Amino acid sequence: MRSLRHKLVRDTWHNRGQVLSIAAVVATAIMTVLSMRGTYESLQHARDSFYQESSFPHVWARLERAPESIRSRIEAIDGVRAVDTRVRFMANLRLPDRIGSVTGLFSSVDPEVHALGQLVLRSGRVPGTRERDRVVINEKFSEANGLEEGDTFDGIINGQMRHLMVVGVAISPEYMYPLAPGSIFPDHETFGLIWMGREVLAAESDMEGAFNEVALQLRGGAREAAVIDALDRILKPYGGQGGYGRSEQISHQFLEGELAQNRNTGTLIPAVFLAVVAFLLNMVLRRLVDTQRQEIAVLKAFGYTNATVGWFYLRFALLAVFMGTVVGVVVGTWLGHVMVDLYKEYFVFPDLSYRFGVDLVAIAVVISILSAAVGALGGVRAATSLPPAEAMRPKAPARFQPGIFERMGFERWLSSTARMVLRNIERQPVKSFLSAMGVAFSVAILVLGMFMFDAIEYMMDLQFNQVQREDISLVFERPLPESVQTEIEHHPSVTEAEIFRSVPVRLIHGHLEKEAVITGRRLGDDLQRIVDEDGREIRLPSEGMVLSRFLADELGLDGPGMVWAEVLEGSRPVRTVAVVDIVDDFLGASAYMELGALHRLAGGTRSVNGANVKVFPGTRDAVMDEMATLPSIAGVSSPRKMYEIFREQMDEGFLLGVFFLVFFSSIIALAVIYNGARIALSERGRELASLRVLGFSRQEVAVLLFSEQGLITFVAIPIGWLLGYWMSWAMVNAFVTESYRIPFLVDAGTFVFSAAATILAAVLSSLVVRRRLNRYDLISVLKTRD
Amino acid sequence: MERHHIFRARGLTKMYDMGEVRVEALRNVDFDLYEGELLVLLGASGSGKSTLLNILGGLDAPTEGTVWYRDRELDTTDEDALTDYRRHHVGFVFQFYNLIPSLTARENVALVTEISDDPMRPDEALDLVGLANRLDHFPAQLSGGEQQRVAIARAVAKRPQVLLCDEPTGALDLETGRIVLRALERVNTELKTAIAVITHNAAIAGMGDRIVRMSSGQIASDEPNPDRVPIDNISW
Repeated sequence: MRSLRHKLVRDTWHNRGQVLSIAAVVATAIMTVLSMRGTYESLQHARDSFYQESSFPHVWARLERAPESIRSRIEAIDGVRAVDTRVRFMANLRLPDRIGSVTGLFSSVDPEVHALGQLVLRSGRVPGTRERDRVVINEKFSEANGLEEGDTFDGIINGQMRHLMVVGVAISPEYMYPLAPGSIFPDHETFGLIWMGREVLAAESDMEGAFNEVALQLRGGAREAAVIDALDRILKPYGGQGGYGRSEQISHQFLEGELAQNRNTGTLIPAVFLAVVAFLLNMVLRRLVDTQRQEIAVLKAFGYTNATVGWFYLRFALLAVFMGTVVGVVVGTWLGHVMVDLYKEYFVFPDLSYRFGVDLVAIAVVISILSAAVGALGGVRAATSLPPAEAMRPKAPARFQPGIFERMGFERWLSSTARMVLRNIERQPVKSFLSAMGVAFSVAILVLGMFMFDAIEYMMDLQFNQVQREDISLVFERPLPESVQTEIEHHPSVTEAEIFRSVPVRLIHGHLEKEAVITGRRLGDDLQRIVDEDGREIRLPSEGMVLSRFLADELGLDGPGMVWAEVLEGSRPVRTVAVVDIVDDFLGASAYMELGALHRLAGGTRSVNGANVKVFPGTRDAVMDEMATLPSIAGVSSPRKMYEIFREQMDEGFLLGVFFLVFFSSIIALAVIYNGARIALSERGRELASLRVLGFSRQEVAVLLFSEQGLITFVAIPIGWLLGYWMSWAMVNAFVTESYRIPFLVDAGTFVFSAAATILAAVLSSLVVRRRLNRYDLISVLKTRD
Repeated sequence: MERHHIFRARGLTKMYDMGEVRVEALRNVDFDLYEGELLVLLGASGSGKSTLLNILGGLDAPTEGTVWYRDRELDTTDEDALTDYRRHHVGFVFQFYNLIPSLTARENVALVTEISDDPMRPDEALDLVGLANRLDHFPAQLSGGEQQRVAIARAVAKRPQVLLCDEPTGALDLETGRIVLRALERVNTELKTAIAVITHNAAIAGMGDRIVRMSSGQIASDEPNPDRVPIDNISW
């Protein structure tokens, strides 16, 4: 057996390019399994255990004010296991050196009570329920503002400036994605979660013995919708704004969206790589065995069994799998850590750490080895099915027939060399098809990845350059008369101001209902506009309402119609409203009305809650600072600034993302095309040498050899575009949440780029094979038998 | 009558480095081939005859010495010049036919006529070797002798000045071997193409105008053969 081992070493060395290229695909497959799927499983595990340990609620509801005494009625709802009541409200904070306003979401906490969605302390302690002005803040806010235990800052609670001291830093399962209400991505500098003792917080907000938010945990088997119905009935007299489940809880929603994306890509991408590995190992081993059929015949003649010979060739594959696994595990684990760390930037977990999935590696390795074994044994069986004496004779010429193009009558148009290429492809339809699919997937992965960037870019551009064009957005502390517009316009830095009113409602259409906020604006306002997915402006009607597509879908509306609107504030009137238009947009579940029409719907005084402002260039930060100190203003934010931060992050992430995408997808294209060309060279070396002897130049012979791979690539690119387009579409559909929807548009540049990157990979592999072709010894090839 | 040279080789030496051993395949060989002649190069395996043929055909370069094709010195270092030379002036026939399996007989010939200046039509070339009725057969559908005749048709279709044949009947039995030899003879007499046939089979030597014997990398003898033996009388 030692001599066989020497042979293994020599054959491996001779075929080192193929071994390495397969090892690279195995490595990449394992890398994607460990990083993508591994990250998904790590996140999933960390979230589930956090939810478990913190008794994460199933249902929430906000209301105006209800006495603690109704708690027992809520506990009595069928299916409710536990009830947690809170006092929770937004308030402005004053932090040194912060431009614009900083808002805090104040929540009650009681160390004596086991709460649902329990805090996890990172440091310090939870203040006692009667301990004044002592607070716990969330970790991201603490890090972003450099606030630690013992530090102090001011908060304006119920009109009173309070001097607050940090006694603890914590995280909350309800804010794993700490997003300020109305934002689309977190800004930890300007939004913080603040927890204070229940009794002091209640005392300061007129909530003694009362609550304004309730969270429920359900028993297994309880029907969430039924519980929410019952809860809504109980809370209605207390200004209930409608219960909602986890699927509408913002933090859960974002995390779930992220997990869904990870689950999809973490399954799809490794599956593609493993399929390519299986295909390549099968193809290469079969060819290797085929070229050595005479040696196999000799070994058989000496008395070696099929199994011994098969095992010998299989070890060749095992080497590639082993090398790929080692590299894949090392790099994949590292990548997994990097990705998990990246998630820690956005999501907050008590103990998120990368979990190495031995089972995942095992699956990848087993698939690789099985496909290698099938290829090796298939080849060995073919070689050993002949009696040794026959196998030692040269192989009869391969059988060919006129190709489909010729049978269709295109014969006259094809040169002899073109016929060779077409007939070779047709003779091995399965191999040609699988090669094309491999290359197509490489293109598709690029399209999918680039699409994500295109989509986010487009969405952000639309949002910040078309929809929200104001420099500063103001939210008032309490409703103000419409005349406030003139006052704002008089500010020396302000060039334009537009007031708006937001009214929380429950929209009802047939048996479907949905909570939403209607924004009322004046006709002709243009700092904020209603813009659809194609960038077309939708005119605000003077009567009736415009709904975003998401909201319309929830209500089962596919065109204009009438809905009931139950206003969730003031005298809570219930009226019918005409939906006159539906806008296909991306962000949020929005509803728009003309300001006067909204006043008529909601009743009460003709008051507004906020304004959008445009200022002279360069004065933005100063104006924001100034506005933030006004007691009548609860929030000052700048969409423009948000966009600038977003752009910066995007540009960094973009390059890195594109690099990985191109790297991963190119490995597939490289390996498929390189191995295809290598095998073509080994199968047809003799043919090519004949052509050289007949007077074909090196260039012409190379063109002939690579035309086949070229044609496969050429056919694969549009297939890859379609696949990528379809995968992107599937991704868009998997991604519809209440907060946003991904626009489905694939940029022409994405198609060009994905094709160019794949063609480049094909050319590179061809150049490597061409070096080998140029070294071919014409004479010795022709003098040997096949 | 003055005879024109097709090939004139002087002082050809060819050494191969086989690891630690240096093998001298050709030792100071002078060789001539004239227009229209059918020459048989006879020698045992390893006598250097294939090396000589490969050098003449531009497939290999001598270590020392010079080869003229007509008035032109073969620059064996210029890849493009050699390709052009093979493309337009010289035809090859090998022991293993080296047909392109994916092309029919006609297309195998067309492969060459598509890149030549003044070729025959493929069916004309195949007719010359007696395969007018096998035009659209693939190599896998042809016998060994038929495949070799397609190879000859492919070699002569570009109307080369010279045909170099390396053991053209080496893989064939007597009867099919004779058919192939007849095809070669016909090319020689009808097209006036000079032919050099390499063989270790002494029986074939009789068909040539001249018989050159090689041994140990040198020319052992070079004799004219005024009475060519008819192919039907050749047997082995």
